[in-house]
Amino acid sequence: MNMPDNQSPDLFGQTPSQTVGPFFHYGLSWKGAADLVGESDLGARAELFPPEHYLLAQPRPRPPIAAPVIELGGLVLDGNGLPVPDAMVETWQADAEGNYAGAFPGFGRAATGEDGAWRIRTIRPGLVAGPGNHRQAPHIAIGLFGRGLLKRLATRAYFEGAPENQDDPILSLVPASRRHTLMARAQGGAWRFDIVLQGANETVFFDV
Amino acid sequence: MSDAPFRREDAGQPPSLFPAYASTTARSPSLPPIRIPHTVTETTGPANWPALMGAALDDLTTQHKAAPIGQRIIVSGRVLDEDKRPVPNSVIEIWQANAAGRYVHKKDQWDAPLDPNFTGAGRAISDADGNYRFITIRPGAYPWGNHHNAWRPAHIHLSLFGPAFATRLVTQLYFPDDTLIDIDPIANAVPLPFRQRMVAHFDIGTTRPNWALGYRFDIVLRGRDATPFEP
Repeated sequence: MNMPDNQSPDLFGQTPSQTVGPFFHYGLSWKGAADLVGESDLGARAELFPPEHYLLAQPRPRPPIAAPVIELGGLVLDGNGLPVPDAMVETWQADAEGNYAGAFPGFGRAATGEDGAWRIRTIRPGLVAGPGNHRQAPHIAIGLFGRGLLKRLATRAYFEGAPENQDDPILSLVPASRRHTLMARAQGGAWRFDIVLQGANETVFFDV
Repeated sequence: MSDAPFRREDAGQPPSLFPAYASTTARSPSLPPIRIPHTVTETTGPANWPALMGAALDDLTTQHKAAPIGQRIIVSGRVLDEDKRPVPNSVIEIWQANAAGRYVHKKDQWDAPLDPNFTGAGRAISDADGNYRFITIRPGAYPWGNHHNAWRPAHIHLSLFGPAFATRLVTQLYFPDDTLIDIDPIANAVPLPFRQRMVAHFDIGTTRPNWALGYRFDIVLRGRDATPFEP
């Protein structure tokens, strides 16, 4: 008797998540995906595969963006405090007016380097509509993939010092002692946001 | 209604920690994720994903000077939500090893040949009825360092965004006659019977005579949820 498979009606339901594995760089993180405001090659790890195998070119150029450019990035660290060199950070955000999916693409993707570091160039998002009458503080949604991650880890980067953080309806669901893990900090002209997968100062991850 | 929430994970999703897959041990959070309502951040996604990603590259066998070595296959199916409604205009990113089980990636250095005529990367885009199709060669199995004599079953990586941040999915397609699935910690992180959702169906109907074997693989993303959120 055959095992059931993808086409078995009794099994119909969500396709299960699987890891991206360690070899996603020529399939996923296309050049420039981490530069939401410019035309650099930021985001890819082109040194990890021969140039003749770079097929997934990205359409260019992007529409001009009036808002000031910011940089957001940091390290991805595992439970032993070691950098994660084969992770991919995806970002999703509103434009400066707080709207999603207008002219501003809002989507970024950055592979981590051998040092576990990632960064994107983008704009600071505006206030976003929230549940009920709440407004959400400016934030960038983050999805993390990598070897050893059987499913995406979802978190958010907020901006330390933003007055709206006090009333943010999502931050209010997070124990006060852990909210600092969701705060990007101004550091050297950029916004620093480390992602700690496990252990002390473990980043808050969300069940979305 | 673009701001209606989506359903949550069903019982067929893997845990973050699955010790048999050794890399999960130091990379899985020790605290449970905090459930949040779906706000506009979670219910939206890139408006025109194909425009962001570029045109389809759905024949992985014609990307170089000559045809790649290996068993030519046609993978087709539908992108659906949990209510069996089609998900149109969805980009499916594809990457895989070659017929010998080797990736073009520089960190893949095991003793199997590279194929100058095969990259193993592409993308398909679902049509108005959710149908997609791509042509490739069947990837080979390959060894990995998870445990003694560990071999990954043949698989194709598939990545989809769907309509929203909440529907994002990366999965792997397996083949129905592959005995390595039963001993693979990554596939088995998904409990039976749900693991079998990732096993493609050999289909004589989409097999092209004298040319390529056909496999069917529907991809089911989360559907809309009518139940209001209560924290």
